[in-house]
Amino acid sequence: MNSKYMFSLAAVIVLFLLAYIGVAGIGLYGFFGIFIPYAAAFIFAVGVVYRVVDWAQSPVPFRIPSTCGQQKSLPWIKPASFDNPACNGTVLIRMILEIVLFRSLFRNMRFHFNKGNKFSYEWEKWLWLGALAFHWAFFVVVIRHLRFFTEPVPVCIQWLESLDSFFRLEFFADFVQVGLPGVFISGIVLLAAVIYLLLRRMLIPQVNYVSLAADYFPLFLIIAIAVSGIMMRYFTKVDIVGIKEFTMGLVTFHPKIPEGVGSVFYIHIFFVSVLLAYFPFSKLMHLAGIFMSPTRNLANNSRVKRHVNPWNYPVKVHTYEEYEDDFREKMIEAGLPVEKELTTNGG
Amino acid sequence: MANNKQIYDKGKVVAGLVIFVFIVLSPFLYNLGKAAPAPELKLTDKAKAAKECVLPKEEMKAGHMQLLDLWREKVVREASRVYVNTEGKEFAMSLSNTCLDCHSNKADFCDRCHNYASVSPYCWDCHIDNPKEISDAK
Amino acid sequence: MADDLAKPDELLSGIGHKPPKTGWMDTPVNIRKGMYCYASNPKSVDYLGLPNARQWNPMEEDWKLPENWKQILHEGFRERLDRFRSFKVFMDICVRCGACADKCHFFIGTGDPKNMPVLRAELLRSIYRNDFTLAGKLLGKVAGAREMTFDVLKEWWYYLFQCTECRRCSVFCPYGIDTAEITIMGRELLNLIGLNIDWIATPVANCYRTGNHLGIQPHAFKDMLDFFVEDVEDITGVNVEPQYNKKGADILFITPSGDVFADPGTYTCMGYLILFHYLKEKYGFDITWSTYASEGGNFGFFTSHETMKRLNSKMYAEAKRLGVKWILGGECGHMWRVINQYMDTMNGPADFMEVPVSPITGTKFENASGTKMVHIAEFTADLIKHGKLELDPSRNDNLKVTYHDSCNPSRGMGMLDEPRYVIQNACNHFYEMPANTIRENTFCCGSGAGLNAGEDMELRMTGGLPRANAVKYVHEKHGVNMLSCVCAVDRAALPALMEYWVPEVDVVGMTELVGNALILPGEKERETDLRGEPLPGMEEEE
Repeated sequence: MNSKYMFSLAAVIVLFLLAYIGVAGIGLYGFFGIFIPYAAAFIFAVGVVYRVVDWAQSPVPFRIPSTCGQQKSLPWIKPASFDNPACNGTVLIRMILEIVLFRSLFRNMRFHFNKGNKFSYEWEKWLWLGALAFHWAFFVVVIRHLRFFTEPVPVCIQWLESLDSFFRLEFFADFVQVGLPGVFISGIVLLAAVIYLLLRRMLIPQVNYVSLAADYFPLFLIIAIAVSGIMMRYFTKVDIVGIKEFTMGLVTFHPKIPEGVGSVFYIHIFFVSVLLAYFPFSKLMHLAGIFMSPTRNLANNSRVKRHVNPWNYPVKVHTYEEYEDDFREKMIEAGLPVEKELTTNGG
Repeated sequence: MANNKQIYDKGKVVAGLVIFVFIVLSPFLYNLGKAAPAPELKLTDKAKAAKECVLPKEEMKAGHMQLLDLWREKVVREASRVYVNTEGKEFAMSLSNTCLDCHSNKADFCDRCHNYASVSPYCWDCHIDNPKEISDAK
Repeated sequence: MADDLAKPDELLSGIGHKPPKTGWMDTPVNIRKGMYCYASNPKSVDYLGLPNARQWNPMEEDWKLPENWKQILHEGFRERLDRFRSFKVFMDICVRCGACADKCHFFIGTGDPKNMPVLRAELLRSIYRNDFTLAGKLLGKVAGAREMTFDVLKEWWYYLFQCTECRRCSVFCPYGIDTAEITIMGRELLNLIGLNIDWIATPVANCYRTGNHLGIQPHAFKDMLDFFVEDVEDITGVNVEPQYNKKGADILFITPSGDVFADPGTYTCMGYLILFHYLKEKYGFDITWSTYASEGGNFGFFTSHETMKRLNSKMYAEAKRLGVKWILGGECGHMWRVINQYMDTMNGPADFMEVPVSPITGTKFENASGTKMVHIAEFTADLIKHGKLELDPSRNDNLKVTYHDSCNPSRGMGMLDEPRYVIQNACNHFYEMPANTIRENTFCCGSGAGLNAGEDMELRMTGGLPRANAVKYVHEKHGVNMLSCVCAVDRAALPALMEYWVPEVDVVGMTELVGNALILPGEKERETDLRGEPLPGMEEEE
């Protein structure tokens, strides 16, 4: 067993027990329902701003974009405008492609060492697909949850919900009943994608080797969030109106603990709170970092426009005069032009 | 290097952070000054008189959609039309004729919660609003 | 070639990509002969005024470090975090998705997991977390943090000098994390306590003093070019004597000194002489070489930003002294990353020069309007496009050519099509290597960033394996026998690589092909190419 993921799994189990015992055992509804969510939201917002400001306090001294295509040079050579942007407009498109479609990850291929000492670089888009599915599903799930935090619920969120439940997945049997309430595809995709990401981290030897406990923890946590959410919606059933009354209380600063809402709900929001509070201190900051990455967010135009380094300082150089002093005699002998003749120098 | 720290690319960084903070605060801002209490349901006189629903109130609140799903399955697929609840009481498994018979005020009963929780059940795609009209037509 | 280097087949069969059983933090570094470069000569370090000049040997237990080396590294780390957003962000945001792992030529070639770009960076990140992050301080190893120890330092030195700063990983990273940037920072830190390699330190010291990496003094520089002039005259019957240090010339030419020194770069150098003479005769082109700025390359780049700036300063200083209108740059890889991404910021603005205009075609090089420096591939492509060069590509008909994109012009500039256009006009048989191994996906020669020494031959051969493999593919498929490039380090490194993996293939610079094809005014009928090999159709007469 790999101690790194066992540690993270154990951490998530401990979190589960904390919330479960705290609520079902000791009845700390106010603590888990009100204090923790507020604290987590605060840490998340302030923490992310703090981290970004911290990054921003370091300058970008040099213009170092990774150029992934033909530069803009001679007018008859077609430049790769988005992969090697020459101006801010095309940088913007490069960034959008990167952030929305994970363009760099799409380039991924797998190296394979074949028999007969032949190499091949094979088609491998699964990581891209899994990552894209995971992030988009997560995004839709978050937006969807705004129905609990808005009253009246904006039309666009209602549209998203109807789109998300477009496929009327229904299944009925004595032991399980799925379909009412309508199945949100985003939740299923999220869970499937996060499990895929976890499995590849565990099973691909190289990825497993580089993974830290800090890489498994958010995956287990997100699995726990997704599972507890899916449990509530489709299986254990909760009083949705009571929950919305509670969440609306949170966002209008009149928090009130709802009656008769099961502990699954508290476990769910505790997991979410932990994720939010953990966010600014972890690799999850890649959300903000991608915007700040100097190899992606700069135009490759430093031969046209001067990029200024705020801490550029004078350095010790070997000047031409010093150079000529070193080699004057030899230079004259070889017929190379000099600034000062030997006679004027040597007297 | 200067000791006093400053934010480089200030315009872009601050703009980004303002957008981020705005997104985080948007649920709070959206509801600013609104009380948004949970909807109060109106019970028709008939419902008040009946006192009890098919199942206890709490179960109905959280699980009525699954009960209806069960009813649909039984009626449409198994042609069984009578539901017996835990107390042994019998009900005709019909949204229009049982549920909406008591709760004939869809707008003040069903819709209030559905709208509040942003749920749009497809029940109403077929079952029209006023069950009385159906009964009359029979 | 080193005598004790294994045969290609043995080397290949030794490569496995399965990670070891012990975690990377618990697997101590094993500094292995053939995989590292000798420590720097104290004289060179001292001449540059860099810290801790002394004789030392990485194989010995005592590296003769300053007593407070941990503190120096810690403070140096902090300073660089404060100065480089790239460094700070790249330390924080990696999610270890593994997309970069098999993109590194050193990982492909050695199978050593610490050559995965992600782990190379983690060597620094683990210390960063321990020293600078809350999570690392609280959770230690669980958060991927560890304390700096001598073993960690050895790991840094060993693996930061097993990275050629080629940036291939950064193309595939979803956040653009650039291991070159991390290696650059790491090497800067190592330099703070006197841990460099001689293949970098001595060229830097040479360049600082004599103007070029090889330490060629001005008179010798002229002698060497004179030698090429004689050779060219033998072959073409034309005297292509260049100008040196000429004040008031229109253009200053700067190219890597490697091309003055060793085959096959010397033939590229002859190509320059032929091209410039042709342009002078036909169009009155006025270009000068400089003995002071006689180095295009910049091994300072592999030492520290400061050293890079110190060496690079000569280009603008010399342009200013000579009063030229603009600078033309020769074929070199990392030189062009420095010019494109650092020079103007470090040593500009170059407002004493004019926006480069080709005096022959009138083309204004808008893309170089700030730095005032044009690449010879851009310049020559423009000449050919305007029909200003009389070329006989059939003189290269015995060559089946493919083109190796150098890392830096590809991923630190994006100069991909200009050299191809020139090469395809200078020869008739051109074949591309597989798409996954060229352009922005190009594989490094395995010897860049100062690793082109003789003692690390196994490292170079394994690192260059992916490149060699792609060459082998087109060699077998199309009979390719010539690997062209626009980089002096390539011309120094690839011949050994080819000799080892694909001995039937030789290495050529772009301008050598041009020099062969270009019909000089008044030339005699050429019987051989610039290498003295018979031209196609001339074999019988030999």
